[in-house]
Order: sequence, then structure tokens, then C-alpha cells
Amino acid sequence: MRAGSDRVRQRIAVLAGAAIAASGMAACGTGGGGSGPVTLTYYIYPDTSGATNQAVATCTKQSHHRYTISYQQLPTSADGQRQQLVRRLAAHDNTIDIMGLDVTWEAEFAQAGWILPWTGANKEQATRDTLKPMLDTATWKGKLYAVPDNTNTQLLWYRSDLVKTPPRTWTEMINDSIRLARQGKPHLIEIQGAQYEGATVWFNTMLASAGGSVLTPDASHPTLGKPAVTALKIMKRLATSVAADPSLDVQQENDNRLAMEAGTAAFELNYPFVYPSMKADNAKMFKVFKWAPYPAVTLGQPAHVTIGGIDIAVSSYSLHPKLAFQAALCLRDRANQLRGAIVGGVPPTIISLYSDPKLFPNYPFHADILKELENASVRPKTPLYQVVSINISHLVSPPASIRPASTEKKMVSQINDALQSKGLIP
Amino acid sequence: MSTESRTATISAAQQAPATRRRQRLSEGARAERRLGWLLCAPAVIVMIAVTAYPIAYAVYLSLERYNLELPNAVKFVGLSNYGAVLSSPYWWHALAVTLIITIFSVAIELVLGMLLALLMHRTLFGRNTVRTSALIPYGIVTVAAAYSWQFAWTPSTGYLSALFGNGAPLSHTGQAIGVIILAEVWKTTPFMALLLLAGLSLVPEDLQRAAKVDGATAWQRFTRITLPLMKPAILVALLFRTLDAFRIFDNIYILTKGGNNTGSVSILGYDNLFSALNLGIGSAISILIFICVAIIAVVFIKGFGTAAPGTDTGRR
Repeated sequence: MRAGSDRVRQRIAVLAGAAIAASGMAACGTGGGGSGPVTLTYYIYPDTSGATNQAVATCTKQSHHRYTISYQQLPTSADGQRQQLVRRLAAHDNTIDIMGLDVTWEAEFAQAGWILPWTGANKEQATRDTLKPMLDTATWKGKLYAVPDNTNTQLLWYRSDLVKTPPRTWTEMINDSIRLARQGKPHLIEIQGAQYEGATVWFNTMLASAGGSVLTPDASHPTLGKPAVTALKIMKRLATSVAADPSLDVQQENDNRLAMEAGTAAFELNYPFVYPSMKADNAKMFKVFKWAPYPAVTLGQPAHVTIGGIDIAVSSYSLHPKLAFQAALCLRDRANQLRGAIVGGVPPTIISLYSDPKLFPNYPFHADILKELENASVRPKTPLYQVVSINISHLVSPPASIRPASTEKKMVSQINDALQSKGLIP
Repeated sequence: MSTESRTATISAAQQAPATRRRQRLSEGARAERRLGWLLCAPAVIVMIAVTAYPIAYAVYLSLERYNLELPNAVKFVGLSNYGAVLSSPYWWHALAVTLIITIFSVAIELVLGMLLALLMHRTLFGRNTVRTSALIPYGIVTVAAAYSWQFAWTPSTGYLSALFGNGAPLSHTGQAIGVIILAEVWKTTPFMALLLLAGLSLVPEDLQRAAKVDGATAWQRFTRITLPLMKPAILVALLFRTLDAFRIFDNIYILTKGGNNTGSVSILGYDNLFSALNLGIGSAISILIFICVAIIAVVFIKGFGTAAPGTDTGRR
């Protein structure tokens, strides 16, 4: 009995020793001593298409044994991704080298000193032939903090069997929908009305298209004002008309896609993922499923649709920043972006790729989407974006409860509080 | 003057033996007492490190303007974070939701738990099997159970949703709160039942029999004998469950993430701390939750005479 427990204890000691030795070896691996390639960890959203895995493998190979990139998947939800990164960066975790950031986090990460600015030749290579609004999302206080990888924006999708010419403005679109309803035809306008980031995106698009902005350029105060009231009026008009989907208040992008495929809608404001999906799910409707530029607020002034996407940044606590910058540039280079666009379905940020014939079969709308991306609007850039956005989405959703003038006033005061870290988020 | 001096002498005389006694005690037992403190010290130090320090730090943080993403803008602001929380409709809404969930779930659990306890108490055969099987829901990890509830209530994938006309109760405020209460009740009724069962076994069987001989009905025996004798056990069970229910987090986090105005105060605190990274406001919310929990405990212990765990006053 006694001897047995001693043996168990001995075994535990051996195991513990082995574990310590193993962790020591792992530390050597990431520490990158004299010999062998350095391991760079790359934290980005889980990409099931395999495009990221291939990019990581290609870049590792191209580095000629200088570094090995290790792809670490972040949680699926954007909130979960940000929370993990923020928690670890706030604790100066040096095991994160490269990160894929959502376009709304750069100001926060840069202001906190968690990501390194891009300078010199790296910066030049990062900005060459790259979409301007995407560079704007990666810029904070005049410095570039990340390099754009992929991007996205919404188009107007409509059924050509119901409307011959696509509407040019929101007024025309809602009127078309009312007319179709009177004729007893499918008429709904599908848009993201649920209380989440999508509602903020919708409001930001409407506000920018009306010529306004959420914040002053130095991000110190809210601007909003008359353009915001105009934007809110249109959102309310849609929500209180027959054009609104009955479940507008809980709809997100995927609900919109399903409603369109089910045949109840005539219009849909959504990202290009709806196109291959329609092709696969409803071949008959696919023949009449067309796209057009996002409707404008004022006729003759094209809409400024909110831009989305991923920027790649280097952690301030990385032990190998020089190599990390090079690896980041490789991960978003021409070949990897093209593969990401074709295999992964995410539009590229390198402008000239939009005229690459290899892109055309998957992106028949490449010209329209490029025009929209070059004209896109950026969500308010502030380190306190999360709070600002949550306040906005709670004020514009449910959209039927908007009261344009007073909602605008409330938004100004809540954003003011948020910018001074005074307010609560719901 | 004389009276003064007399009282002085008296008090001195009174004090003298006391001092002497204390001295005598210290002579005899000082070493022992010191040993006692030494033996306690590790536990005291651990308790201070894991509870007192975090609580004190949270109080300190709640007095600061402190956003994690603005490390250079940290500023002492006194009680203004509390002002911001208490003047915010979000706090009062979350508090109302929390109270509704607490009151309804604890009330339903008490009734169901009592029934279950009576059943277990009267079971003649397979007593251990019955008790163990009743505990199964309590043994399941809350998050896992919450996920199964979420799937069950999701239209087109869930059997419960299908049963109720393919509805989506989790996207309506009232219905979602109902689902949350249901999940809570399902999970913690067994715990309530076990606590009540312990109280039930304290009720002497002869007393019941005597009342029966005197012609008391089953209901009279339950309300006049069983309940009064079980009062201490019931109050302890209610205290535990109320404190637990007030701090509800995991069920809501999985079922609705606090969407559609279904967030409890703990969810509000979590969102402000971990989403907004506002350490000041978030800590103020945490401290307010702490105060609410303390009030509940004081009301139960002082107001209803619940025996605090570890004291003997409740046992009669």
C-alpha cells in the first residue's frame, strides 16, 4: 500500500518534470534562439474555406526558413474575437505576433498602444494599389496601424421579373415596393433591422449618403445634425410602410438572404455572399436575381456604403516585429488575396485585382463593387467605437420606434457620454 | 469631587481583577493563543488575497474614470460612476428583469421543491435511487443545459419550438424571460428539494401521529406542524436560492446574451466590463450588485431570523 502510493507519487513527479521540460522546449521554439525558423502566431477569425491555411503555408515556405506562421483561430463571433485579443493585449501577452482585426477596432488598439505603426518601406508596400477607404480604417491620428487584407460592402439586389429598372434612390425603392404590394406581388425590402452591429452599419450608410458623419474628424464630439434626421426619417418611413418585412426588428444578413430566396421580397440590401447562395439554393430565381448600386439618399449623389473587412496588424508585444511585418505583407499579397477572393469569398483590397480576369467568374459584379468600395464610408473612428456603436444600434432598432428629431438628440447626448467614458452600454 | 474620586476608585477596583485575570490568562494561554493565530494565519492570508483584495480593488476602480483602451486617461472621479449607473435606465431595467427572474423562479422552485421533498420523504422503496435521479438536472453543467434549452426553443430545429407552432420565444422579451425562468427552475428545483428534505426529516414523526389522533387533516398537519417546524430549513433554502438567482448569468448569457432587454444586472456588468472595457463603470455595477446581495442576506438573516450558515441560533 505504502510502496504503491510512493510509486504513484514518483510517477507524478516524472510526469510533472516532463511537462515542465516540454513547456521549456515550447518556449525555446517561440523564443527563436540561434537556429531554426522563428514561429510567428497569427490570430484571425476561423476560416473554414481553407484559404487562410493555404496562405499561411505559402508564406511559411516563401520565408526560406526565416519564420513559420502558426494559424491560431479566434472565436467565431466578432465580439468574442475582440474580447480575447483585448484581454491578452492588455496583459502584454507576447505570444501574439500578427492579428486579423475587424475594421472597427484599429483606433482602439492603436490608442491603447497594442499595435505597431507601419513606417518606411513596409508602409509603402502596404499602401500601394490599396483601396483608400480601407487604408482609412487602418489609420489613427495620421499613422497607419494595419494593412488591409480583405473587404466587403453591400449592393442592392433585386428581382428583374418584378422591377424593370432598379431604383436609384430610397424614395424610388420604397415607392416601387408600395406599387408592387398594391399589385399583390412580392414586394418586401430586405435589410438588417435587428439590434446589433448591422443596424449601426445601415444607419452609418444612410447618414454618410445624406452627407453627414457621426463624429467630428478628431473624434472628440458627435456631429450628426440635419443629415442624421434625414437618414432616420427614411429608415422610419421604410419600417412603417408595407415595404418592411414583418420580422424586420430581428433580421440579420442571413435572415434577409433566406427571405429573398423564399420569394417574399423584391429588394435586398446585402453583401455579395447572397449571389452564390442564390445560385445554389434557387436556380430559377437566380435567372432574375440582379444587382445595382446601393440606392442613394439624394438623386444624383451616389450612396456612401459602409465598408467592412479585415486589416492585419502587428502586436506591440511581439518578440519578432520585423519578421511579423514581413509575414503580414506576405499574408495579404496579390496571390493570397486572389485565393481569398475565389476560395474564401472575401473581396480583395488590392485595386488592380478587380480587373484580373481570374476574379470575374465569381465576381460578375466586380466593376460595381469596386466603384462602391472606392466611394465607401467608414464607421466612426474612435477608441470607444464599441460603446458608440451599441448606443446607435439601440436607438435605431427597432426601426419603427425611431422618432427622427428626438432620436437624433438622444444619440448626440449618449455619444457625448460614451466619449467621456461616462455612459453605460445596455 | 469626592463622588468622582469614589467612582474612580470603584472602577479602578473593578478593573483591577479584570486586568489581573487578563494577565493571568495571557500568562497561561498567550503562547497557545499565538499558536492559534499562527495556525489560522495561512487561511486568513489566503482569504484576504482571494476575497478582500479583489473587493477592495473593485471599490477603488469604481471611483475612477478608467477605460482599458485609454490607459493614459485614468482619472479619480469620486462617486460619479455610481451617479452614472444609478441615473441610467439600463441599470433599472436590468434590476427589474433580475428581480422578476429571482422572485418567480424562487417561488416556483419552493413549491415544486416542497412537493419533490415530500415525495422523496415518503418514498418507501428505492429511496436512494429516487434522490439521486432527482438530482440529475442539478448535476448537469449549466452552460450545457442552457444550450440544449436554446436549441429546443429555436424555430425549425427545436422540438419545444415545434410544439408551440414553430414560435421563436427567445426573440420576444417577455417570452424569453419566461424561458430563462423555466431553465432556472428546471435546474435548481432538485437543490431546493434536497435542502427542504433535510428540514423535513427534522419534523418528529410522533408529533404528526399525535395530531392525526386528534383529528387534524393532512392539510392542517402540513400547515400547523410541518411548515412551522421546517421554517429554519425553508428560510436557509430561500436565502441560498435568492442569492443564487439574483446573480444569474450563465443561463441568460447562453439563451439570449441579454438581447431584447432580457439582461440581468450581472450581464450588464459583464458587458460594460468586457465589451465596453469600462473598468470604472463596470466596477461600480459590480459593487452595486454586491450591495444588493448584502441587502438580501441581511433582510433574510435579521428580518426573517434565518440562521446564518455556521451559527446555532436557528436550531431549536
